[in-house]
Amino acid sequence: MYFGLSEDQIFFQENVSKFLEDQSNLDVIRKITEGEANEIQQEIHDGLLNLGLSSLLIPEQYGGLGLDLLFATAVSQSLGEGLGPIPFAGSYIMAPLAIMHGGNKEQKNNYLIKMSENSMRIGVGFSEYIGARDNANISINDNKISGRALFVIDAKDASHLMFSDKNGMIGIVESSSSGIEITELVAVDKTRNFLEVQLKDVDIDILELTSTSKEAIDKSIDAGRIILAADSLGASQALIDKAVEYSKERKQFNRVIGSFQAVKHMCAEMAADLEPCYALVWHAAHCFDNSPDESRLMACHAKSHVSEVSKTIGKKATEVHGGMGFTDLMGVHYWFKRIGVNRQTLGAPEVIREEAARIQNF
Amino acid sequence: MDLNYGSQYEDFKIEVQDFCKEWHGINFSDAAKTPMSQNFESNGKTIKRSEWQSILIEKGYTARSVPKEYGGYGGESDIIKNRIIATEFSNAKIPSAMGGQGIDMLVPTLLELGTEEQKKQYIKPTLRGEMIWCQGYSEPNAGSDLASLQTKGELIDGNWVINGQKIWTSTAQFSQMMFCLVRTEPDAQKHAGISYILIPMDTPGLEIRPLVDMTLKPGFNEVFFTDVTVPEGNIIGKRGEGWAVANATLGHERGALTDPNATMNRVNSLINRMKKETIDGKRLIDIPVYRDKLIAIQAKVTAFQSNSLRVLSSKINKGQDTKIAGMIQKLVGTELRHELEGFAVDIMGELGTLYEDSPNLRDGGSWQFLYMYYLGLIIGGGTSQIQKNIISERGLGMPREPKVQGN
Repeated sequence: MYFGLSEDQIFFQENVSKFLEDQSNLDVIRKITEGEANEIQQEIHDGLLNLGLSSLLIPEQYGGLGLDLLFATAVSQSLGEGLGPIPFAGSYIMAPLAIMHGGNKEQKNNYLIKMSENSMRIGVGFSEYIGARDNANISINDNKISGRALFVIDAKDASHLMFSDKNGMIGIVESSSSGIEITELVAVDKTRNFLEVQLKDVDIDILELTSTSKEAIDKSIDAGRIILAADSLGASQALIDKAVEYSKERKQFNRVIGSFQAVKHMCAEMAADLEPCYALVWHAAHCFDNSPDESRLMACHAKSHVSEVSKTIGKKATEVHGGMGFTDLMGVHYWFKRIGVNRQTLGAPEVIREEAARIQNF
Repeated sequence: MDLNYGSQYEDFKIEVQDFCKEWHGINFSDAAKTPMSQNFESNGKTIKRSEWQSILIEKGYTARSVPKEYGGYGGESDIIKNRIIATEFSNAKIPSAMGGQGIDMLVPTLLELGTEEQKKQYIKPTLRGEMIWCQGYSEPNAGSDLASLQTKGELIDGNWVINGQKIWTSTAQFSQMMFCLVRTEPDAQKHAGISYILIPMDTPGLEIRPLVDMTLKPGFNEVFFTDVTVPEGNIIGKRGEGWAVANATLGHERGALTDPNATMNRVNSLINRMKKETIDGKRLIDIPVYRDKLIAIQAKVTAFQSNSLRVLSSKINKGQDTKIAGMIQKLVGTELRHELEGFAVDIMGELGTLYEDSPNLRDGGSWQFLYMYYLGLIIGGGTSQIQKNIISERGLGMPREPKVQGN
């Protein structure tokens, strides 16, 4: 019995963290979010692809690393902690899983190999399946897709896009197809990109198994949720570390503020709230990989609970920094915002908890 | 990640499951009905509490690693077997072994620090439930700052003569013995002046007064000492070493307060209650606000359960760092349980406030009782605020509380 990350997983995770520390410090992040470092951002992306980030889950027969979701979860923690300014949850987790579970043999051959070679990258627009805002709607008929997807993740510069209709039928389009209109959105978190996509009679390749089974959409969304939870977990840990560090340096009333119980207790509360989230997220990933019966509920719990905890940590860690926490100078807000977007993506906590109730037939 | 206990434990698990099937539904002829006892389903089989305890020792389902010569099972200490026993008993809803401060705190302390004579004298009757112990630690002026305790012990003619007062003494009224912290070295520095002394409760000069708590169930007591005289040999460890001896046992207590599996069982009882309970004819489980809060609590308890698996894993796999994961258990476990029980009271509205033997009582009044009881546990065994000091100082490396001069 061993509950935790393996040596391999920790080693890989540390490599990603180290890479981000070296290549993507706060000054770089600031430039990227101001739109002034597209080339550097591309270099960071390429560097992480060299580590294998795009093909973690893709089976070896298609050129991937054939690792499990727990492995990817460990990586996602590092991306959250280091504000990894790259696509991940959508392009490198949800898209390959949808194809692995929903594609026929030919589709798997066609897509997965190219994805592991990085000659193809897919953005994912499932928000209308989870809960459509603005009456947005995706309809797929006769291998044509029409409608509007409001919050497509990892889609900027992606060669392909993936959508689902309300029944969980998933298909893939080329981003350059005629009939596609792309609008860039401006979310608070600018370390990643989000697009609105309008579609009018666009040719779509429907993943064959998804016309009769929801397995692919379920797997894809469950995994996406666990990965986003892990991202918020890493981001929250970064915030606690920063708050504790700052509290040991900043002096008021001739004392470091970290010696005041009001501050110590806030930090202790953050740690006490976050620590069980490690176990929850890893456990959820482990269930995803090994016990499908528990997996859906665990993914819901992981995403909704970590979102709640992270939100509180975002607030408290900012407060520990006092006025400096509120400034752009300190950069605390980058993690606050990353957590904020993770929380709403693929279902806000209330949406997910209702789903968790239905999964249990309540 | 590997959550299997391994094939060597499969047989043991089946053995425990068979035992649980055999004894499912037993009742005790000599146990008072409490709000907590409603969890057990009865099949009419009746047995004495002490007989049950003997059976469990014989099977090795309790006192597993206590040597045979002291009345235990005499097996290897095995954390996974303990876990299997706890889980299977809890799943099967059959009563677990006796606990209490004698078995959970004193016995481990004696095994670690007691003399051979003390082990022989005390452990066996304690394990069998024939000798019940209470803990004499806290005093009116020594709560969170326990080491400032003032109950005095003087060695006179080969006897300890004890004067002073203890408070929050659970089960003093049923106990035969007390393990007690007493200041025996008044001139020593505060932590170095304390000794750990064993006191028979029928010693002349010892007076017990019940201290009624908010649950109104029998619970705490105050204990007064007026020239209470016990033999010099009733000390564990040496004079002035009592603080270290006590710390060996406090560790045992903190772990025992918050069983995540028991908390998850309460979540499941709450779900059953919400499926039965209605408001304006509508089941509570169908009302979105209640559903949402229920799932939020279920997620927290799930996280807490997973956290305890991680802590368990670190006890088997040396070198796994789970320092903070272990440190937060008392704080998180008691606060979470209090929140859960309180939420259950809320969903029942006015009916949730009913208590004792009221008409229309739900689940024996256990929700309201435990809602209050867990407020006590949030405070006892190191308050939540003390826990936060420990987490921030020892877990996060933040500055320690300043020491006031002379302390």
